[in-house]
Amino acid sequence: MTAVAPAKPSTFGRFAPAAMGFGTLIVMLLAAEALIRAGWISQYIVPPPSEIAGSFGRLFLEEHIVRRFFYTAGECLTAGVMLTVFGIGIGVLMHRFKLLQQACETWVAALASAPFVLMYPLFMVIFGRNAWTIIMMGFISALPPVILKTIEGISGTRKVLVNVGRSFSLTATQQFWKILFPAALPTIFVGIRLGLIFALINIVGTEFLINYGGLGQLIEDLAERYDLAGTYAAICFVILVSVLFFMALERAERWLRPVD
Amino acid sequence: MAETGRLVRAHAPLMSPVTLLRVAIILGALALWEFLAHSGWLYRDVVPSLPAIGRALYGLLASPDFWFNLGVTAGEIGVALAIGSLAGLALGLLLGVNRFLSRAYEPYLYYLGPTPKIIFFPIMIMWFGVGVESKIALGALSCFFPVVLSVAAGMRAIDKVLVRVGKSFRASPWQMAMKIYLPAMRHPVINGVRLGLGFALIGTLLAETKLSNKGVGFLIIQAYSTFDMPRMYAMLIVLFVLAIGANALVGRLGGLDSIKRT
Repeated sequence: MTAVAPAKPSTFGRFAPAAMGFGTLIVMLLAAEALIRAGWISQYIVPPPSEIAGSFGRLFLEEHIVRRFFYTAGECLTAGVMLTVFGIGIGVLMHRFKLLQQACETWVAALASAPFVLMYPLFMVIFGRNAWTIIMMGFISALPPVILKTIEGISGTRKVLVNVGRSFSLTATQQFWKILFPAALPTIFVGIRLGLIFALINIVGTEFLINYGGLGQLIEDLAERYDLAGTYAAICFVILVSVLFFMALERAERWLRPVD
Repeated sequence: MAETGRLVRAHAPLMSPVTLLRVAIILGALALWEFLAHSGWLYRDVVPSLPAIGRALYGLLASPDFWFNLGVTAGEIGVALAIGSLAGLALGLLLGVNRFLSRAYEPYLYYLGPTPKIIFFPIMIMWFGVGVESKIALGALSCFFPVVLSVAAGMRAIDKVLVRVGKSFRASPWQMAMKIYLPAMRHPVINGVRLGLGFALIGTLLAETKLSNKGVGFLIIQAYSTFDMPRMYAMLIVLFVLAIGANALVGRLGGLDSIKRT
């Protein structure tokens, strides 16, 4: 008896949902354009999508959006390096000293739900209205998931791997670098991915709130000038950057964790 | 000769090592804070002394003005949570039950979810004005994404046997929703609402700090403008306690901690 292979979905079946989703987006944009042009929706509240698309060129030429993007990316990178070093370091330390882990893990978990971003006025007083306030906001709010996932990753190392290390009489340092850390790396990266997403959200948000820095400040600037099309276009650009960043992190995570 | 047949009461320590360490960490942090406050290493009042923060906290909690503003913020968050959760629940059920719609639209929601929502605030001001409505709108938008994604995922994870039981009893779509789907996905829904509450709280308060004349966010930015640091610390302490407490309460009401135990 031969096993029957499951029927492959047809080309239409595979692409129809994506086409439907994209089609809906296009129809909504066309409907918005028509309603705004007809005066049913005030163009002083929502500019026509064609005008928004047209203002992208201005963002690149006049508002130096690429330079602003790299400014924000630099802040994210700095916060990312800091949260990787400190998050993994604290996580390893908590795993190493079980008493410390038992005492503090619930606190870290509770802090993961704390609204750190509301501390931005306090950070402005401490660090001033500069990039460090923004970087520290990104860093602090993104730290708990990295710590928690580091502990989870190291604790979840398979017993057999630890025993192999013991059978080779590895020292504690060798055991960590050759067994525990490589085994925990995929889980740690989940924490870093979450942390980087939180960091990006908080960095762009803080830039917008304190009117300083890269992309967040651009939105605030354009909104203050009542440049409606430019504001909408800048928001679309930030959404695009966030989505691409999110997708790149997901791809990196899949590369690190090829088998679930 | 040793005494036999006599029970010797073991003296249990007053505090476990974990509790002792926790107390030591808290006391150490407070001592370090107080030392920094009096060291003169930082600008004056950036790290106010603990008694000053305590006095500010007492003053804040005794002030009717604070309770009025807290009420305004709580009202905005409550309405934002209701709007965002209901919209998220309805769309999540639809996407969860229909695989085609899910594949068509869920990727957009999935990738839009982690974008910084505060950047939509200028749009919210244009659409809803500078009053509480724009704060509610931003809170609802922030809350919507975690709820819809959690509900859609929860819907797909429902045990197929339960769905077949409902169908074998020829339950109507309404009966299926009320008697099968919703009870079976209580935990994902509560989890989504819990996440949504956190996002609604942050969205609403950030919007208040940006542009408002009432609410706790407004009080925080007012304390920043007048450099009243003890008051700012006091408000942040109250907010953190309320946010973490509300999160834990929603989780407990939804029985999420019982899942972790099992």
